Amino acid sequence: MIGLAQVYLVGGVFFAATAWFSGRDRTNPRRLRSATFWALLALSFLAGDRLGDVGNGLLVVGLVVVAALGMGRSRQSTSTPEQRRAAALTHGDRLFLVALVIPASAFAGTFVAKQTRWGARLIDPSQATLVSLVLGVLLALAVARLWLRPDFRTPDDDGPSRPQHLVPLREGRRLLDAVGWAAILPQMLASLGVVFLASGVGRAVGHVFSEHLALDSRLAAVAAYCAGMALFTMLMGNAFAAFPVMTAAVGLPVVVHRFGGAPSVVCAIGMLSGFCGTLMTPMAANFNIVPANLLELPDRDAPFNSVIRAQVPTAVPLLAVNILLMWWLAFR
Amino acid sequence: MSLLGIAVLVLGFVLRANPLLIVLAAALVTGMAAAWGPGADAGTLLHAATGTLAAFGRAFNANRYVSVVWLVLAVIGLLERLGLQERARTWIAGVHAATVGRLLAVYFVLRQLTAAVGLTSLGGQAQMVRPLVAPMAEGAAEARFGPLPDAVRFRIRAHAAAVDNVAVFFGEDIFIAIASILLIKGFLEQSGIVVEPFDLSRWAIPTAIAAFVIHMVRLALLDRRLRRDLGGPGAPR
Repeated sequence: MIGLAQVYLVGGVFFAATAWFSGRDRTNPRRLRSATFWALLALSFLAGDRLGDVGNGLLVVGLVVVAALGMGRSRQSTSTPEQRRAAALTHGDRLFLVALVIPASAFAGTFVAKQTRWGARLIDPSQATLVSLVLGVLLALAVARLWLRPDFRTPDDDGPSRPQHLVPLREGRRLLDAVGWAAILPQMLASLGVVFLASGVGRAVGHVFSEHLALDSRLAAVAAYCAGMALFTMLMGNAFAAFPVMTAAVGLPVVVHRFGGAPSVVCAIGMLSGFCGTLMTPMAANFNIVPANLLELPDRDAPFNSVIRAQVPTAVPLLAVNILLMWWLAFR
Repeated sequence: MSLLGIAVLVLGFVLRANPLLIVLAAALVTGMAAAWGPGADAGTLLHAATGTLAAFGRAFNANRYVSVVWLVLAVIGLLERLGLQERARTWIAGVHAATVGRLLAVYFVLRQLTAAVGLTSLGGQAQMVRPLVAPMAEGAAEARFGPLPDAVRFRIRAHAAAVDNVAVFFGEDIFIAIASILLIKGFLEQSGIVVEPFDLSRWAIPTAIAAFVIHMVRLALLDRRLRRDLGGPGAPR
């Protein structure tokens, strides 16, 4: 049965290859730091279960120190616009079909693993989506190789000595280098959530709200809960971490129990108010920093980059709409 | 005292420190603050810091699956090398009715509807926006207005990223088996309130409609602004 262990093995190989290519990239003056970062992540994927808790903690410290010092950026271009235009003419719409292999197999694999007996023997049903995603990546690479039959030996290459089967790793590394340290921020925030939970931060926040805010009307309570969800989500980088804290602090005791709001409406719209916060924070790396890096936006390192600024004018009115919706719908 | 970690998050924000550094510092401060009390000395704090580091390391190791998604970059990178972005650009230039706003509106609708039936993995910043949506949006503008100034090009890209986020956030909760709905259900059950996933997901619909309306207005304004900045009523070519 294919499960998490195999998924982490494939991931580890990819990050190790990224470390190798980054270390040899002479266009990045900080290539050694970059190589160290990806090598540490590869170590975590390949041997994390054998490092022990303190060992993993020290590994995280290493990742953070390298990232904070600065990893530089690669200026290596693996192909010219002319080469890509020529390739686009050769391959045409087949490129779109190969791109759809990953989502299609992620969907089909999840379905097969959860719904059929033979599928459950092949793919661990509890990790179906992750396993199917990785299988989809491997399948897409195989399809690209066999169907498109790409020829990378163009006159600009430095000779036929470059092994062709490493091209996907080389190109993947180019994009991962653009994502940079933001690649592990979601994983870091999930870990911070665990520490916060163990230390009772949620209870403390609830205490602050109940002592310092006069929530003496339905609208005030609803507004405090929704705005609190958005603000705390901005700090924590995702609404999943903010939801248990804010709902235990304000949502349930005040909006539901004191004023009699319907819990399903309050929680559903409360979560969506948190999503308005996600649109406005640099802590939500995979939604707001990663695209700025991937799209090579010039202000990608600014705390409020142009992706966030494009989203704020939607997020703010939508938060107001959420407050009004909860106020109308929860107390009918 | 346990709120000190949140103070560190706020401080880090204000000082514009590296977010990874902020997160690790917030975790360590939270752990040490919890151990602080009468009679606490340097040894107690050191012990608390090591314990928190170990807890953080264990959680980091358990959450590795979050970072597995980067594997798709190998496929996207390969397809880009084979001309995927260029193909997307030429394809959209052949659609004469296409404007940046209309193209992004169509993608918004597709992304929101597929997310609402649980197909969140059909889109995404690395999978769809960088290789397809952003090049198509740029291609639509180029077909209409000619070569684009850099500022306009970057504004269009930022809007392409924003459309993917807004559409998926306010579509996915309509699906009953999405993580956030299951989180709410689990949380309420712990508090002694039993709700059906369907009862939660149908209350996501009003916000989904509001998000759609607000963002369609934004995209219409984007088209108007592009016409004003780049000149002309926008006759093709």
